[in-house]
Amino acid sequence: MTELAQKPHAEHSDAGPNYLKASRGVLSWLFTLDHKRIGIMYLFGVSASFFLGGIIALLVRTELFTAEKTIVEADTYNQLFTLHGVIMIFLFIIPSIPAILGNFVLPLQLGAKDVAFPRMNLASFWFWLIGGILALSSMHMGAVDTGWTFYTPYSTSTSTSVTMTTLAAFILGFSSIFTGLNFIVTIHKLRPRWMGWFEMPLFLWSIYATSIIQILATPVLGITLMLLIAERTLGVGIFDPAMGGDPVLYQHFFWFYSHPAVYIMILPAMGIISELISVHSRKTIFGYTFIAYSSIAIAIFGFLVWGHHMFTSGQSGLMNMIFSALTFSVSIPSAIKVFNWLATMYKGSIRLNTPMLYGLGFIFLFGIGGLTGLFLGALATDIHLHDTYFVVSHFHYVMVGGTAMAFVGGLFHWWPKMTGRMYNETWGRISALLIVVSFNLTFFPQFVMGSQGMPRRYYNYLEQFTGYHQMSTIGAFLLGLGFLIVAVVLVASVFSGKRAPANPWGGATLEWNCASPPPHHNFAATPAEQAPYDFSVLTDDAADGGFQLAAQEQA
Amino acid sequence: MISLPSLVSDTLMSMCREAIGLVGTIDIGQGGFLPALTRFEGGSFWMPVKASTTAGATDDLFYFIFWLCFFFFAVIVAVMVLFVFRYRERPGHKEQKTASHSNALEITWSVIPLVLVIPIFWWGFQGFMDMSVPPAEGREIMVTAEKWKFTFTYPNGYVDENLHVPQGENIILTMHSLDVIHSFYVPAFRLKRDVVPGRYHKAWFNATEPGEYQAYCAEYCGTAHSDMLARVIVHPAGEFDAWLREASDFISKLPPEEAGEKVFNIRGCPACHSVDGEANTGPPLDSLFGRTETMDDGTDVLVDENYLRESILEPMNMVVGGYEPVMPTFQGRLSEDEVTVLIAYLKSLE
Repeated sequence: MTELAQKPHAEHSDAGPNYLKASRGVLSWLFTLDHKRIGIMYLFGVSASFFLGGIIALLVRTELFTAEKTIVEADTYNQLFTLHGVIMIFLFIIPSIPAILGNFVLPLQLGAKDVAFPRMNLASFWFWLIGGILALSSMHMGAVDTGWTFYTPYSTSTSTSVTMTTLAAFILGFSSIFTGLNFIVTIHKLRPRWMGWFEMPLFLWSIYATSIIQILATPVLGITLMLLIAERTLGVGIFDPAMGGDPVLYQHFFWFYSHPAVYIMILPAMGIISELISVHSRKTIFGYTFIAYSSIAIAIFGFLVWGHHMFTSGQSGLMNMIFSALTFSVSIPSAIKVFNWLATMYKGSIRLNTPMLYGLGFIFLFGIGGLTGLFLGALATDIHLHDTYFVVSHFHYVMVGGTAMAFVGGLFHWWPKMTGRMYNETWGRISALLIVVSFNLTFFPQFVMGSQGMPRRYYNYLEQFTGYHQMSTIGAFLLGLGFLIVAVVLVASVFSGKRAPANPWGGATLEWNCASPPPHHNFAATPAEQAPYDFSVLTDDAADGGFQLAAQEQA
Repeated sequence: MISLPSLVSDTLMSMCREAIGLVGTIDIGQGGFLPALTRFEGGSFWMPVKASTTAGATDDLFYFIFWLCFFFFAVIVAVMVLFVFRYRERPGHKEQKTASHSNALEITWSVIPLVLVIPIFWWGFQGFMDMSVPPAEGREIMVTAEKWKFTFTYPNGYVDENLHVPQGENIILTMHSLDVIHSFYVPAFRLKRDVVPGRYHKAWFNATEPGEYQAYCAEYCGTAHSDMLARVIVHPAGEFDAWLREASDFISKLPPEEAGEKVFNIRGCPACHSVDGEANTGPPLDSLFGRTETMDDGTDVLVDENYLRESILEPMNMVVGGYEPVMPTFQGRLSEDEVTVLIAYLKSLE
């Protein structure tokens, strides 16, 4: 504490201008090596992708308001749901938490000045941008209509722009690999001397586990998509049975990446929830070690369960049995996390502000998403539910109810740090409530119609499902409104929000020790030792209205 | 297990009704939501009507998992709400230090889910083996999937667009696809199996109740994927063979041209012969009748009834110039009636 004690209200004024003002001009952003600015650029790009993907989702839901044609033709509908999937998966949800919040927060939580490879970090953003532009420009040349999974031999025989879209996904994969590699090296090499592995914030454990998956699984997707492109352009017979290939082989390759990718999406979200629940309950996280190891366990098990996407594909009964058994293994570490979060709240002082409401919303929606996974892991029930709306609903509960909720919650949590402004708390809370309610209105009916036998990716449907679809469509528009409110609240805060204190929530991780927004180099000196979840050292009487370390007070 | 789901369903439906009340001005057609929601006759809130010998086992497992999840979810939410209420931030309330971890507690709530998922796994696996391994004895029906229709071929060669089966017999489906991956899905039987090009997949069921059931294609296959539907018609025990005889006897009921077209499609002729002028493995057959064709030995032949008859029954006798002599003989495979209606169909092609 000595360093901080010598410099009361450390670093606020004497560390230079904040990172937003450190240099000016568009080029100073596009070619910045500052992890915070790269995080902000990702925020712009990823949010734009999210709203585009969301608008497409609303078009899909509008078409499904009636059982027959509502607004578009069948081929257009097929392109719309494919684009929705491709944009949301590759451009939004995979980069969302690691590339935005991870980029911004990870070096700060380590007390570091930047990530280990700042240039590689910038390259990652550029790859994302090029991949994104390529994916979107393919829309003009006959948008892809294969579903985001690109299953062969449909994808090798359709006339739409499969080659260009998969090339985009290939490039986006490099963006993901670069981010993961960077974070692994940063966590290994840039921790302060005093910070052991089990003294890291849990968000970093989750990002570390995520990064391992990113660098091990993404190359497999890259190779698979290259083989697909080779098959389409050169006629190499790997997947197409007409040329001696095996279409089910493609599914194995694809899910070998894409199932672990599900954990690329959910693991960092779990890391954020560990932070939100702990800080806003003012309680030490319960069972740190179990939560940390459960992240690693999920990352490892995640590699062993891809075959559960293929129970109806004709793979052998033995393989189905093994994959089903391994699938259930993932439920254990997930359950541990949920119970530990609840135990963290015990005898805390729970602040029901916006980030916490998103955290609680996560537990509620992810609870449903996770538990409905049991129906799909069990073989007999999966045969009935596979490729129905039950599956669609299940993964939206996990991906939107889980990851997107955590992402928005994390965004509210770290927004004061990122922008130096406080947002409107009332409207923040309204957005959280509206999103949770409308999300359930959108997706709960999909569970029921799925188990009643409504197949997914259907343009026309039988009259008997109309009621469920109409509920879902109405819910989707309210959900869109909820996310729109989030955007308005956050953007408005930049123009008219109160100035944020360095530590508005009383967080004990290191990012709250530097100013809001942080200076260009984050910390003038490596921060002194501090436990990430010991809130007793913080008092709420700092001059700027936030919390401060008790040591500073004494000085 | 029936009353509790319906209790939940009633609650949910009344919730839905309230939600709908908020948007009552929207024209929802078809007499509103509720008629549409309650139209699943014979099924439960979650599951459609069940009509096969294995469907019950799937439903039992489904509702077992459902109530297990319902219980744990209720506990999680109750604890969450209780903690939020009791420990909410307010004047005079301060957090208290409690244990930062408890290995005993954490091991307990790791082991409990582990113990619970083991029977779910085993039950699911057994149910899967029962529904996926075909019995030794059964009535075989061939299923062909192509964009965007299923066809069902019976042992006597009759082909139908719907799947007709007798009640109470093992039906073994041998399925293959002519183009991309499809999936044959009959919710009432809790049966789903992908139909993959380049290989055969078997599926089986034993229908318990006579009636009509919906079959879907469940694997996305392009433009008309959602129209790739078929009906499954379960005939009462003992009535199926009579139906099959009757249905196979379409030649005496349809006009000759239509019956001939049906034979043409059933027998797979379109695989080699187009009727739109495009050359394939075999010559195109439109506007053929009355023309003079040059054979591979240089002779000219007038296409009349006798030429067509010979070309169908003994195709190697005269092969049109420019084509390989690869057509199989149909001598003994087509009845006299079938040949006659086929010729009538070929004559009708413009």
